[in-house]
Amino acid sequence: MAALKIKKGSSSHSAYDLRDSHSQIESSHTLAVIVDNEAGVLARVIGLFSGRGYNIDSLTVAEVDHKGHKSRITVVTRGTESVIDQIKAQLGRIVPVHEVKDLTVEGSPVERELALIKVSGTGDKRIEALRLAEIFRANVVDSTLESFVFEITGTPEKIDAFADLMRPLGLAEVARTGVAALSRGV
Amino acid sequence: MARQMTGAKMVVQALKDQGVDTIFGYPGGAVLPIYDEIFQQNDIHHILVRHEQAAVHMAEGYARSTGKPGVVLVTSGPGATNAVTGLTDALMDSIPLVVFTGQVPTFMVGTDGFQEADTVGITRPCTKHNWLVKDTDKLSETIHQAFHVATSGRPGPVLIDMPKDVQFATGTYTAPKAARTDNYQPQVKGDLEAITQLVELIEQAERPIFYTGGGVINSGPAASQLLRELVDATGFPITSTLMGLGAYPASGKSWLGMLGMHGLYEANLAMHGCDLMINLGARFDDRITGRIPDFSPRSTKVHVDIDASSINKIIPVELPILGDIGHVLEDVLKVWKARGRKVNKAGLEKWWKKIDEWKKVNCLAYTNSEKTIKPQYALQRLEALTKGMDRYITTEVGQHQMWAAQFLGFEDPNRWMTSGGLGTMGYGFPASIGVQIAHPDALVINVAGEASWLMNMQEMGTATQFRTPVKQFILNNERLGMVRQWQELLHGERYSQSWSESLPDFVKLAESFGWKGIQVSDPADLDDAIMEMINYDGPVLFDCLVEKHENCFPMIPSGKPHNEMLLAADADAFKEGATLV
Repeated sequence: MAALKIKKGSSSHSAYDLRDSHSQIESSHTLAVIVDNEAGVLARVIGLFSGRGYNIDSLTVAEVDHKGHKSRITVVTRGTESVIDQIKAQLGRIVPVHEVKDLTVEGSPVERELALIKVSGTGDKRIEALRLAEIFRANVVDSTLESFVFEITGTPEKIDAFADLMRPLGLAEVARTGVAALSRGV
Repeated sequence: MARQMTGAKMVVQALKDQGVDTIFGYPGGAVLPIYDEIFQQNDIHHILVRHEQAAVHMAEGYARSTGKPGVVLVTSGPGATNAVTGLTDALMDSIPLVVFTGQVPTFMVGTDGFQEADTVGITRPCTKHNWLVKDTDKLSETIHQAFHVATSGRPGPVLIDMPKDVQFATGTYTAPKAARTDNYQPQVKGDLEAITQLVELIEQAERPIFYTGGGVINSGPAASQLLRELVDATGFPITSTLMGLGAYPASGKSWLGMLGMHGLYEANLAMHGCDLMINLGARFDDRITGRIPDFSPRSTKVHVDIDASSINKIIPVELPILGDIGHVLEDVLKVWKARGRKVNKAGLEKWWKKIDEWKKVNCLAYTNSEKTIKPQYALQRLEALTKGMDRYITTEVGQHQMWAAQFLGFEDPNRWMTSGGLGTMGYGFPASIGVQIAHPDALVINVAGEASWLMNMQEMGTATQFRTPVKQFILNNERLGMVRQWQELLHGERYSQSWSESLPDFVKLAESFGWKGIQVSDPADLDDAIMEMINYDGPVLFDCLVEKHENCFPMIPSGKPHNEMLLAADADAFKEGATLV
């Protein structure tokens, strides 16, 4: 029999194997989850992520088929390949889940997010904010003498970039929808 | 023709239509309409428990020993929250249950009404699925769907929360056949290409092993039969998890015994040294794998499971097969036979020689005593004296549970009910009542520790009321034995809170409930006492005073691989402070 190398009374041993979590490469995946639009279905999906310790970077949900009562939940999550596989399998186990699509695996998906961004300021800063908004193709949807609300659509990175530029110009508030995504082609 | 009836009547009607004849429950304000319906009929037998947790464990025992779903009816609020431990237990061990809870009327939901709890919210993570039914017209269909979900795919507990006004209101009854179940249809047939690959592996393997789990039992008796055929025809060794005992008979020639933390030396070493591991319905639990990077390092691993999320969760496998064990085994046998029933005979012969060497270690050896009853000895005698009887065993959780798994032999599936995944102390006694209700004439024994047993001792009244002659075989060491063992071996012998203080006089306790109480402390009296227990027509509380400091071996300390097991002999050196090299 091979040797036991644990010392008597050693406190480094618990009822569980306290191994280091392996530092493996994590990547971001966009998942589309088609569910029955019934009470509590979103709680089931979110509860799965929190209960099993998975990350949610972004989450959007809305009914996409009113007749069939189907909703589409778009989740952007991060993890190692094995964790992502496990997330998909666990999602697939939820009874009202019909389909789990990994849009990232299917090919770089079309991803869009909408944000409303309030910027307050006067003078040069105000003019600069308006000029940058044009470059980013953001629309002004509300305006007072001291503020604008811009509506901007794009990838999350584009919205991050626009919000960063607005910060020194009087960024007051940001509301974002989270990512909606579809795979490319048929 | 559509039938109109109240929601409460629908519950009883749906249960009848689902073939349910027994339910376990406890009444309360929010389920009174259903209890009123139960009062007015004779088809469904209601077992009144003393605590809702026990109702769920009884239903688990009933389900596990029959293969049918267990049914529970409890009230809102505390009734539902008391059921949570049982639901979690059933979820971890994949036991099909349908649990009905009452709820405050729909117009009161969310107002913190009397005995209101967010039952679907609380039980969402501990059920396979749950429903809050707000419309009487949907109640009966939901019940039929609940039975479908609980029993298809990987079985599990489901819960239906029914506000009181929904029970009172009248609606249209939907028959089981008309209920929509097509939206939940798990895949049962395995991929034929993968099955053929498995057969190729079977043909070539030099050091194969079957590693089977609760999935074989859940798949039904046919799966156990097919497993026996495959194991005996190939001559491959087989081990099983705690949950899978009985799928292959303990008397079978290929049986290596249970594996895992307190599993047999030969089983664990064979798992470590194999070149082909065929996992059938087991889930690589941490009590099985030990240290993950060292788990069976040189084997090709095949995993057959009905639950895709169990595959590659802990241990990456080379060949995953998604499907029901029974269906997959049938196809494996078909393909293997069609290709000429080949195995690597020379390799197998060498492999068995190696395994026979490991068996010679005699890992279950213990030092017996003439003065005190050793727990292992008590179980050996129980095994010898009940062999061949129509016997069902339940257990509590702890040392006695592991000894029972080591020393009792199971020849058939559905004969062994134990809390594996959750490790719920207090499971065994109510489970034994549930088993006895399902099998009134069988010998049902709960192998218990005194500490676990006390956790649900209130069910003595239930056993008396329903005349279940359950035998409570308590290995009384006046300790929380497994906690004490860990404290001895790994926490410097500091026995923090692990004594069973202020124990009752079990004989008097038994008598106070109209049971028979037997106490035994002398090994010489043990056989007679066990026979007295078996032959007594009624419930027996068997207080077996055993050695107080016995440890359960073999043991794989956590974080150690399978080939670093601790045997009883090593433990003596371990206890004397030696660092084992």
